[in-house]
Amino acid sequence: MRATWWLRNPRYFLFMVREFSSVFVAAFLVLFLLQIRGLRAGAEVYQEYLERLHEPGWIAFHAVAFLFAMYHSLTWFDLTSKIQVVRLGRTVVNRRIVAGLNILAWLVVSGGIFLYWTRG
Amino acid sequence: MKASTSRSTIKLEVTRYRPSVDSEPHDQSYEIPCTDDMVVLDALNYIKDRVDGTLSFRWSCHMGVCGSCGVMVNGQPKLSCAIFLRDYKREPIHIEPLTNFPIIRDLVTDITDFMTKLKAVKPWIIRKKEKPLSEGEYRQSAEELERYHQFSGCINCMLCYSACPVYGLHPGFLGPAAAALAYRYNLDSRDQGNDERQPAIASQEGIWECTFVGECTVVCPKDVDPAAALQRSKVATAQSLLGSFILPRASGKSATEGSS
Ligand code: SF4
Ligand code: FES
Repeated sequence: MRATWWLRNPRYFLFMVREFSSVFVAAFLVLFLLQIRGLRAGAEVYQEYLERLHEPGWIAFHAVAFLFAMYHSLTWFDLTSKIQVVRLGRTVVNRRIVAGLNILAWLVVSGGIFLYWTRG
Repeated sequence: MKASTSRSTIKLEVTRYRPSVDSEPHDQSYEIPCTDDMVVLDALNYIKDRVDGTLSFRWSCHMGVCGSCGVMVNGQPKLSCAIFLRDYKREPIHIEPLTNFPIIRDLVTDITDFMTKLKAVKPWIIRKKEKPLSEGEYRQSAEELERYHQFSGCINCMLCYSACPVYGLHPGFLGPAAAALAYRYNLDSRDQGNDERQPAIASQEGIWECTFVGECTVVCPKDVDPAAALQRSKVATAQSLLGSFILPRASGKSATEGSS
């Protein structure tokens, strides 16, 4: 099989984008851990780190990482609905509804965490 | 509904490989008369009957049941008896043997690997102990049938193996159809063979090789959804593994639907 197999078909390509998106999710998490370490190193170091985050390069990185994280999450919920069989009595609930409800729950929980974080 | 074409002839490019003559596969062009109701298999049969009798390909039922006529049509795995020429607007139409399988001759591939894997998952009903005939048949409710019914439609056409890049990259992988059939029997209320299938399913080259590309389900002509079967097998295997840690001596039917 050729190394370019994933360019043969648009669905293979989207699969590779999904796999690749985890690199950005991981990179964001590493930065987040560094941020926490910065907190422990004292206010000055942390402040420097925060200022660096305002540089255009970092803003661009976070924007791209956010887009990839969204793509990863949405495709993950879509795939989960293919695995999860939800029954209501004798009928199987349409997987689009299952995916939609999962995404809704995800948004509600994320919104709750965001509100708690920004207000607290 | 697709629009019909009014062309009277069609150009095909077909992979030819005769090991006694050719050092490697090559394309051969044909131009043959065509009508709107012709499928790709009709074109191949026309070539074999009227143009070039040396062309080899497999087929039997001409009605999407036997699963033997799979080929690549313009790079996509298809049943040649179930795909109309009129649906291809651009010429020539490329017809190749199924990818990911070694070529024996022309469009005929070596399917030994698939047959070995199919056998390994024991796709039949296994009973620990058969009950005597006098006790009657093994009965099943409509709900019990419905749990596995979709996965029982497989015709062993191997289109899913051709579409699967994981199988292409790691030929040891059990593959979509074998995994789907194993799951089908594990879900069957009459079956007790879960433990016997487990070595083939849960091995390193079993279901865990799958990365959920999902193309097997897209190309399946029988809507078997092998990708879902594979992922649900993973859930069932993980659950039974967890169960065996918590309740080491618990036994019984462990395949679940991944339901909630
Ligand atoms: S799962 Fe579908 S594509 Fe795969 S062998 Fe069975 S019928 Fe063919
Ligand atoms: S010839 Fe039997 S499925 Fe095509």
